[in-house]
Amino acid sequence: MHPSKPWRSVRLQRFPISFRVDQRVTGVLAILIGVASLALVVNVSRGEYPVPLWAVVKTIFGLPTTSDYAFVVNTLRLPRALIALLVGMGLATAGTILQGLTRNPLAAPGIIGINSGASLVAVAFIVLWPGLPVGWLPLAAFVGALLAAIAIYLLAWNQGSSPVRLILVGVGLTALTGACTTLMITFGNIYDVSQALVWLTGSVYGRSWANFWPLLPWMLLFLPLALILARDLDTLNLGDGLAQGLGNRVEWTRSLLLLCTAALSGSAVATAGTIGFVGLMAPHLARQLVGPSHAGLIPVAALTGACIVELADLVGRLLFAPIELPCGIVTAVIGAPYFLWLLYRNA
Amino acid sequence: MQSSSLSDARSPLLLGLGLVAGSGLLLGSLLLGILLGAADIDATTVWQAIFQFDGSTEHLIIRTVRLPRALLAVVVGAALAAAGTITQGLTRNPLAAPDILGINVGASLAMVLAIFLGSDSRNYVWFAFGGAAIAAVTVYWLGSTGRQGLTPLKLVIAGAALTALLHSLTTAVLLLSQQTLEEIRFWLAGSLAGQELADLWPVLPYITLGLAGSLALGRQLTLMSLGEDVAQGLGLQTAGVKIAAAVVVVLLAGSAVALAGPIGFVGLVVPHIIRIGVGMDYRWILPYAMLVGGILLSVADIAARLVIRPQELPVGIMTALIGAPFFIYLARSRIKR
Repeated sequence: MHPSKPWRSVRLQRFPISFRVDQRVTGVLAILIGVASLALVVNVSRGEYPVPLWAVVKTIFGLPTTSDYAFVVNTLRLPRALIALLVGMGLATAGTILQGLTRNPLAAPGIIGINSGASLVAVAFIVLWPGLPVGWLPLAAFVGALLAAIAIYLLAWNQGSSPVRLILVGVGLTALTGACTTLMITFGNIYDVSQALVWLTGSVYGRSWANFWPLLPWMLLFLPLALILARDLDTLNLGDGLAQGLGNRVEWTRSLLLLCTAALSGSAVATAGTIGFVGLMAPHLARQLVGPSHAGLIPVAALTGACIVELADLVGRLLFAPIELPCGIVTAVIGAPYFLWLLYRNA
Repeated sequence: MQSSSLSDARSPLLLGLGLVAGSGLLLGSLLLGILLGAADIDATTVWQAIFQFDGSTEHLIIRTVRLPRALLAVVVGAALAAAGTITQGLTRNPLAAPDILGINVGASLAMVLAIFLGSDSRNYVWFAFGGAAIAAVTVYWLGSTGRQGLTPLKLVIAGAALTALLHSLTTAVLLLSQQTLEEIRFWLAGSLAGQELADLWPVLPYITLGLAGSLALGRQLTLMSLGEDVAQGLGLQTAGVKIAAAVVVVLLAGSAVALAGPIGFVGLVVPHIIRIGVGMDYRWILPYAMLVGGILLSVADIAARLVIRPQELPVGIMTALIGAPFFIYLARSRIKR
């Protein structure tokens, strides 16, 4: 489709890793980092107790300002805003991998039931072992996401991958896990349940550093892994037969990629609940910005996801202030029509 | 997608006898629903409560709690099953049902809005009809735009997206108003609890109209299920049938949601069970669907009351636990592409 596109190659001397990215990637990445930082700063500055933009920047970098600002920014708002960025990155990357893996433009962890599997196991943990430290939640959600991914793989996608069947089985799986989650909620003790409910709507409300630190290692481990696997994802996109011919250990790579998806979406869901449609929208927007090659697509999609969640959180906080809408609702209100538009365009 | 033809139609005598047996079963499940519950009340007391009411606690439980609830289960189950059957016949789509296509969620969003805006409770059912109608038109329009026209898969996927959207909007309204949430939290999961006969009466005429209308559409639906071209070739005014069927679906789904919240999967599962035994003639499928829907929801409600006695589950969870695996099975076996 695109003849003679200018490419840029990045080769590391000491490790056997190389990236071949579209020339647009560098510029787009720079712009996205700018947008994400701006959204972060605006998000931190707005609220019940407004902090001037410049004071926010100064406080974040540890420059002296009023001590009130330091408390509001560093303790209350910054962890939340940072978590929004990380969660957006995780969800978007998981979605990008899944779309590449299934060769299905409509697939996303939220749509095929991986996120709801993660939230089921996480809710089960909150309700059955209320004393468990927050740090264990990402692991629980990861297990749930992995189980859901395996179930989806066995039920829908192994026997001659059919994009539509994948989504339909996902719809069924989402309904099933959703019912089980409601079941858990009916069983549970009211205090744990109300905690679980706030979290289920998909929101970064009230998140603190205690939520940030357990999330960080997952992102630091699996986002680079996803980037390293980008080339394999490109190869897999050519079809299993051709990928095998090119020397790709198809089943091994696929399992690794699936693990990555489950880890990223599981830990994101564990931290912020099921924020829908980010994993669907971000890869599409990124593909329009930098084209389909995954080495460039994955970082761009990750940053797009970060921007989406950060902005959705900002909108959710400002729209009906002082009542906050969870950012999961904002993303769904934008994402569902976008999904329908994609469906319409692909049909 | 529906492979069997009319040639395997069963004998009318056998089918008629089946209907009689089904009615017996329906009556049985209705009685069982009255008999079983958190408090142990024996059958003689139940009999006396209905025919020689004396105002004791047991009698009050029977009359104000169990009887309305059992009746509601039968009526709502029949309405949901009939709506699902018509949707499947009309769209020739084994995965279609008002809940899958987002029609039930549309109705429940409208109800939530009605409560949020503080509307009179007598008007709720009209909000439910309005919401169901808007959702039905939207999903049909979304499913049939694009190059290939109305494809069953596009319809279902459009329904799933619409459901996600409407569900989020519902959550948003509930978050804006804590009071609305308190009022309808249980209803929103799909539940028959806490309804009185007084809630049933205002909605009953619409359900009766919908059920009668669906029975009257049996012949046309059989023709439509052969394909729109064939039906037109046989002289059917397909546009008129579609509109009439849509009105019936909206009436049935809207009233069911107004009474019991968005209970899922009854409308999806029942028609499939029936087609196994009854064949493809909608003149028979529809009455069977109503009976089986009533029985299914009664049994599901009894189970929902008994599994964690003395607490209970919303019946919508029970139907989802049964129905969602069935949906997955259908998606696996019917979608070859």
